Amino acid sequence: MSADSTVAPRQRRPLRLAEVFLLLLALAGGMGGYAMVGLSIRDELPDSFWWRSALLAATALVAHLVLRFRAPWSDQVILPAVVLLNGIGLSMIWRLEISGASGMAPADAAGNMTASLLGAVVAFTLLWLLRDHRWLRRYTYIFMLVGLLLVSLPLIPGLGEQINGARIWISVGGFSLQPAEFAKIALAVFFAGYLVVNRDTLALAGPKVLGLHLPRLSDLGPIMLVWGVSLVILVFQRDLGTSLLFFGLFVAMLYQATARSSWIVLGMTLFAVGAVSAARLFPHVGARIDVWLHPLDAEQYDREVGGSFQLVQGMFSMANGGLFGTGWGEGRPFQIPYAYSDFIFAALGEELGLTGLAAILLTYLLIVQRGFKSALTVRDGFGKLLAAGLAFVMALQIFVVVGGITRIIPLTGLTLPFMAQGGSSLLANWIVIALLLRISDSARRPSDLPVRGQVSHEREPVLVGAGAGPDDGTPVAGTPAVGSPSPVPDDGTPAAGTALPRRSVSERDGGGPTGTTGSSDPTEQLDPTDPESPRGGDRP
Amino acid sequence: MSELTFTLLRLGYLVLLWVFVLSAVAVLRRDLALRGAPRARKKSDDGAPAAAPAPSSRGAAPSGPTRLVVTQGPLTGTTLPLSGSSILIGRAPSCTLVLDDDYSSSRHARIFPQGDQWYVEDLGSTNGTYLGDQRVSAPTRLGPGVGVQIGRSVVELQG
Repeated sequence: MSADSTVAPRQRRPLRLAEVFLLLLALAGGMGGYAMVGLSIRDELPDSFWWRSALLAATALVAHLVLRFRAPWSDQVILPAVVLLNGIGLSMIWRLEISGASGMAPADAAGNMTASLLGAVVAFTLLWLLRDHRWLRRYTYIFMLVGLLLVSLPLIPGLGEQINGARIWISVGGFSLQPAEFAKIALAVFFAGYLVVNRDTLALAGPKVLGLHLPRLSDLGPIMLVWGVSLVILVFQRDLGTSLLFFGLFVAMLYQATARSSWIVLGMTLFAVGAVSAARLFPHVGARIDVWLHPLDAEQYDREVGGSFQLVQGMFSMANGGLFGTGWGEGRPFQIPYAYSDFIFAALGEELGLTGLAAILLTYLLIVQRGFKSALTVRDGFGKLLAAGLAFVMALQIFVVVGGITRIIPLTGLTLPFMAQGGSSLLANWIVIALLLRISDSARRPSDLPVRGQVSHEREPVLVGAGAGPDDGTPVAGTPAVGSPSPVPDDGTPAAGTALPRRSVSERDGGGPTGTTGSSDPTEQLDPTDPESPRGGDRP
Repeated sequence: MSELTFTLLRLGYLVLLWVFVLSAVAVLRRDLALRGAPRARKKSDDGAPAAAPAPSSRGAAPSGPTRLVVTQGPLTGTTLPLSGSSILIGRAPSCTLVLDDDYSSSRHARIFPQGDQWYVEDLGSTNGTYLGDQRVSAPTRLGPGVGVQIGRSVVELQG
């Protein structure tokens, strides 16, 4: 009876038509911007319009095909959103290039396009080779070492380069790289791999102080070490934006793993202490805060180094853009220093207006939302933590950049993902996208778990109410009286149900803002299918 | 290029950006639409409540419904014979009917007999259990052929 009564649902591979449609719109957005810049400034289409557009379209097509073959269930919105942002960013960089934007290095649209293509190639090669994101979990501690190494690379004499007071670059064979961008990914993988193994001890063992549940130091040790080392190095490198990013990643992933709000409280406190002392100790941080609070003071505006000139130019730019913008190529965004990298958001604000900026921010929001959605849906704990961590770090980076430009928070030097000029940032963010797509594929793939659709007849479920024949002697150990909490076989053994109140409580935990902890029963079930993963966690 | 053309292009570009955003949101909504669709259908059935149960409840057996059928969602077609005991529905492996449904909770709802009647009860699920448009807040009587919405799935009792 049970064999033929269970019908396997149809498992059709999605055609990904929504992605095709959105990709066409995204390409139209990128190419349209490029064309309009040419038409507006030079009254003709840019020389390289057709082959560059063809290159962008070919990249999108190849990416789409890779997804169709290797990750057919993955999310259909992420790739078009990235293509659109990339196209708009490249158009703006080219627009600034032909009107001679000022800055350290000149705006370089061609170079940036090469970097973006390279990023796409690396990302989709990764997606092709990495069949299962849980493979990364085996190398949890390798990723820790890689992350620390990458963070400390710029401090090595001869390799590191100091630009504008920040020592965050390395130069390899004529190319400059910003290794912290890649360290971000490595550390996210490490945190996810470490926390998925240790989150229970972190959450449950340890003293309670002032109503806050503190973890034991020995459980926290490795993470604190990594976090402390990366922060110290970043302070020495004078890159406070990136250290803020790492700190946020650290706190957010701890919270996602343990669902203890004490982490948020602790994190905010530590952050406040750190921010105040950094402002006191480091003159360049203090100057940033002065600039943030009083940008229009003549003293700040006229200061030669570290003044508010750039910030105020950005504000003028966005004000000039107004609600609908001046249109591609019609504004004067090239007057902002570093308009093509740090301040590309303000440049876009001038030419596309608030309406355009809102659309761009919503596009970012879509990517982040899809990341969190994958985190909620995916069945293994490692994937949940990794997707949530990567999505969070992208959201935080966008907030820090846009908040800095719009004067919500002090300005820190971070790049807007996919838009700002910078090869490392593009490459690293493409890799993040590849990982998110891989995780979303396994999140949305119909599961082959044995639990699916199984109808059990042998086990007797919860007995309720008066008329349900309560005395037919079920083999359930300690059939709970309604209302009394009993040990729940959460490990998936088909033992019994539980009393009702318990159920609703555990459900509420699972439906919390992160959702990464409560649903741990299907989560851990996948692990036996991957014999390597538990061992990966134990590796010293 | 004339001023007018350029203004049109400029605004057209912003429209294009928003068309992209809204289409992407529409794609995201499709996830939810799968959940919303059966409820919309129920609404249209409200006019003739007798029409919906008619095909399924062929001459209601004296002993009431004999099976539970999943009529919508990933497990469409799954049937489960009814015995005298209650049925626990949710994602947890310990449930009687294990749904593979993102929108259902681990232990989502329970369908249980009492006297001659079957009742449905929500077990504090996140997304709720619906009978038609009504969210089930207390144990509610469940007749044969009436769809119970749990996440994206709809189950009903059949004769």
